[in-house]
Amino acid sequence: MTPFELWTSVAVFGPLLAAVLALSGRPRILRIALATGSASALAAALGLWGAVTHEGPGRHLLGGWGQPLGIELWVDGFATAMLLVTAVVGSAISLYSLSYFGDLSELSVRESPAGRGARYFAPLWLLLWSALNGIYLSADLFNLYVMLEILGLAAAAIVTLAVTTQATVAGMRYLIVSLVGSLFFLLGVALLYVEYGVLSLEALAAAEPAGPAAAIALVSMTVGMAMKTALFPFHAWLPPAHAGAPAPGSALLSALVVKGSFFILVRLWFAVYGGGTEGGLFVLGLLGAGAILWGSLLALRQTSLKRLIAYSTVAQLGYLFVMFPLLLGGSGEVNADAWSGGMLLLLSHALAKAAMFLAAGNMSYAVAEDSLPAISGIAHRLPVSFFAFGLGGLSLAGLPPSAGFLGKWLLLRSAIESGAWGWVVVIAGGGLLTLGYVILVLRYALDRKDAPDDYRPVPRRMEGAAILLALVAVVLGVRGVEVVALLQQGAVFPW
Amino acid sequence: MVTPLVTWDALPLLVVLSSFVPGIAIMFLREEQEALRTTLNLVGALAKLVFVSLMLQGVAAGASYEWALEVLPGLSLTLEGDALALLFVTLSAALWLVTTLYAIGYMQGHENRTRFFSFFSLCVTATTGIAMAGDLFTFVLFYEALTWATYPLVVHSGTPEAVRAGRSYLAYTLGAGTLLVVGAVWFQVTVGTVNFSPGGVVDAMAVDAEPLRYGILFFLLFVGMGVKSAFFPLHGWLPTAMVAPAPVSALLHAVAVVKAGAFGIIRLVHSLFGIEVTWQMGATTVIVAVASFTIIYASIRALAQDDLKRILAFSTVSQLSYIALGVALLDPMAQVGGLVHLVHQGLMKITLFFCAGLITETLGVKTVSAMGGVARRMPLTMAAFTIGALGMIGLPPVAGFISKWYLGIGSLGAGVPWVIPVLLASSLLNAAYFLPILRTAYFDDRNAEWSGEEARRGLEGDWRLVWPAVVTAALSLGVGLFAASDLSPLSWAILIVERGVL
Amino acid sequence: MTSLDLYTVAGALIFALGLHAVLVRGHLFWKVLAINVMGTGIFLVLLAAPARSTPGVADPVPQAMVLTGIVVAVAATALALGVALRVTARTGAPFLPDPDDDREGGG
Repeated sequence: MTPFELWTSVAVFGPLLAAVLALSGRPRILRIALATGSASALAAALGLWGAVTHEGPGRHLLGGWGQPLGIELWVDGFATAMLLVTAVVGSAISLYSLSYFGDLSELSVRESPAGRGARYFAPLWLLLWSALNGIYLSADLFNLYVMLEILGLAAAAIVTLAVTTQATVAGMRYLIVSLVGSLFFLLGVALLYVEYGVLSLEALAAAEPAGPAAAIALVSMTVGMAMKTALFPFHAWLPPAHAGAPAPGSALLSALVVKGSFFILVRLWFAVYGGGTEGGLFVLGLLGAGAILWGSLLALRQTSLKRLIAYSTVAQLGYLFVMFPLLLGGSGEVNADAWSGGMLLLLSHALAKAAMFLAAGNMSYAVAEDSLPAISGIAHRLPVSFFAFGLGGLSLAGLPPSAGFLGKWLLLRSAIESGAWGWVVVIAGGGLLTLGYVILVLRYALDRKDAPDDYRPVPRRMEGAAILLALVAVVLGVRGVEVVALLQQGAVFPW
Repeated sequence: MVTPLVTWDALPLLVVLSSFVPGIAIMFLREEQEALRTTLNLVGALAKLVFVSLMLQGVAAGASYEWALEVLPGLSLTLEGDALALLFVTLSAALWLVTTLYAIGYMQGHENRTRFFSFFSLCVTATTGIAMAGDLFTFVLFYEALTWATYPLVVHSGTPEAVRAGRSYLAYTLGAGTLLVVGAVWFQVTVGTVNFSPGGVVDAMAVDAEPLRYGILFFLLFVGMGVKSAFFPLHGWLPTAMVAPAPVSALLHAVAVVKAGAFGIIRLVHSLFGIEVTWQMGATTVIVAVASFTIIYASIRALAQDDLKRILAFSTVSQLSYIALGVALLDPMAQVGGLVHLVHQGLMKITLFFCAGLITETLGVKTVSAMGGVARRMPLTMAAFTIGALGMIGLPPVAGFISKWYLGIGSLGAGVPWVIPVLLASSLLNAAYFLPILRTAYFDDRNAEWSGEEARRGLEGDWRLVWPAVVTAALSLGVGLFAASDLSPLSWAILIVERGVL
Repeated sequence: MTSLDLYTVAGALIFALGLHAVLVRGHLFWKVLAINVMGTGIFLVLLAAPARSTPGVADPVPQAMVLTGIVVAVAATALALGVALRVTARTGAPFLPDPDDDREGGG
């Protein structure tokens, strides 16, 4: 068994088996399931990191069956980076959820809302994790579709675990958008199959899809993925859903789930369609710029902490799309700076946003409320969570030392190199807007005059998970070389 | 020939870590773990001083230190201990120690000391990083880090004014930081390197070919540095930031923030573009003009203030421009004057802020008009203040005189004699706002309510606040008196210029 | 127009009808139903796909896809109906309340 065969299996089936285990619902088993699921995902990501670094991209034909009927897993540097960040963020979220849902031994109150969250969060989350890893490793379009559906269903279910009516409604809306988005994707898959008779990404890329059918398929799949990634103007469902979910759910939705569909978009546009058309890339970039502006402005107007962070996700996702037009840099060659920069921003957003949502979860856990005025002075009570939030915000805004700073530096460089001054303004200006809403929160948190006197103590584990992620984002800010080296291992750009 | 004691290349890293590690460690302490916090602070500050001394000795003996860590392909975090870096690093290491002592006394009884000291250490970390940055990338990294590390200090008290000041500080510095980052990336794309190198890395021919491109590039970087160095019209944040606690003001005005800006101007003019190219672009004229205007303008603004700390703030704005003025003149004497003023201004201004904070803390006196009789109540403090003030005016033998002397001679050498009237006018204006303070304090009778007087009846105030002020005052006097000695900042500045490492 | 194109166009039409209903119909049950109609349109496109390969030789791939697709659709429908019931229980009506507008702050 090659390391690729071993670790790709562990990446998908480890969390999946753990999810089945977690269905038992007994507190002890839940803990074991979360631990084994996280451990297997971490081990798989590290194992694949080693394998990809030494041997380059690799594949795994499940059960020895090849395409078209068999399922093929395929791993390159891009996929490995995603697996790694998912494993790190996911492990922290697992840790956090152990304390967040209260003492698991009190699950006798199974029908109480809190008990429901405690009981079903773990299996849903592990299932979701398995689907995410499956997306990163899938080598064919239909597999992507199936994984995408599992991801969407599990994610929507997690939103509805929250006890509020708004969360239920937001979950319903999210579910509908997610299903429709998946179907748009499936329509594209069907059209491509009708035209080319293959599903494997590799075979499709070799066929060099062009012509009206291929174009319609690309548009349809892009619309579907844009809906799921909440690309402006398809973003309206995101803030209520991400803000409504229980805190660990918010973190994983914002940090990871939206990246799953974004990952597919990158694979489609660059691995399958060889960059698509410049016009198309430009439109995506423009929507990204719109997202940065609109998301940031709305984030500035929020009075609820979690909603502010959710709108920030809308804005930050825009950054990832600004990478698209820069990737071709007008010259037709892949711009390595844009690729590394965009990916560093993606990784940094995953880490930082998860840290911020977890920290925000701690703050509202302490004061039992989620509004900005309610967390006034919280910095004096929960310094660790406050630092986690601040460091996350730092990384998000691209201030050094953080992965976000490196990403922004590279993205700016690619824009300046290709003389795209418009994008320079978007990238630089977006950072200032980000700072605007991060500072808004810090100002409330620092305000001494309303520091809460009585608040619920926050378990150390929850504070630890938040600060851990924020620190990883900072440390990544001085170890960008590793990420760049890993990203170069791969077949995202086959030409 | 002396041999370097230590030639270990990671020495610059140790200098940075000696405040970074305590800063991070303190963050995780509880508020009441005061002894441990103080120990960490002092051990860090002393360790930094030891490392810096070793490096000073080494560099004086001809060694150089360089440590690098690759962060992105082709971009490294580079720390270099050369003569120029050491001028700034020594200043901040020495003043950090005194300021820490002062702050431990000053912050007694204030809230959130853990956060305060943690960010205090991080600020100094960023400053030493700026001082020893071996390339523009590293410089920007620490420069931006300094911005955010200072914010919690400025808003420390959490009052509405503090929060407003913090917002103004961030608006200025983050806006400029954005321009700086864009400028730095653009510089890399245009010139192909971000390394600092004596004499600059920009090719004069290339500038001739594309004057506009290089002009805009220079402008972006200049504005990026100019905000922290408080050039008119980018100085607005500095007087507002006066609401911060006194040790923070000392840090902002003498050790860290404004010095980072001024040092950035030195790097921009000398290490990136090179003074020749800068001159050829006509940028030196702009800098000299802006600096001269700032000197006069800020002094006039200072005249109109009554709040002691605001006077000092405008005085900082004015004095800082001396540094930029000196290094932008094409004359070795002027450059020595500019470089040495980096140290001199730091010593004198920190003395003044220590005293101002001390007076406010002990007597509750914040304005000049209420200072009657202070000299009789706090003679040692006022003596220190007097030395600082006279130095600012430029009276011999205090340090400020040395700077002005070299600047004056240098401006003649550089062929811009009109700088001399500017220097003279500035001295007169300085006298016009500092002497009344001294007069009130020494000759007027007590004319205001003193708070806390009943609680502490003795002379002066808390000794932990008095001694740092006395020490820095003595240093301001000493570096002026013994300017000719081998160990003086002046000799070091001359060494920098003579070795051609500028 | 070949039969393949006919099926493709017909499938796309059914997809579009379903999408229209999802957007226009307020009742949650209608929305869930409409999503299923969209899926059916895609299944039609897929089932007609083997026509492009040699006539008489069955292409198993689209059939496998449709079967899997149906399984997924059943699961999705079940979850959607479950959540819809809870929305009804909580808000008293099987409709999504007005989307809280972007401009509105609180949550």
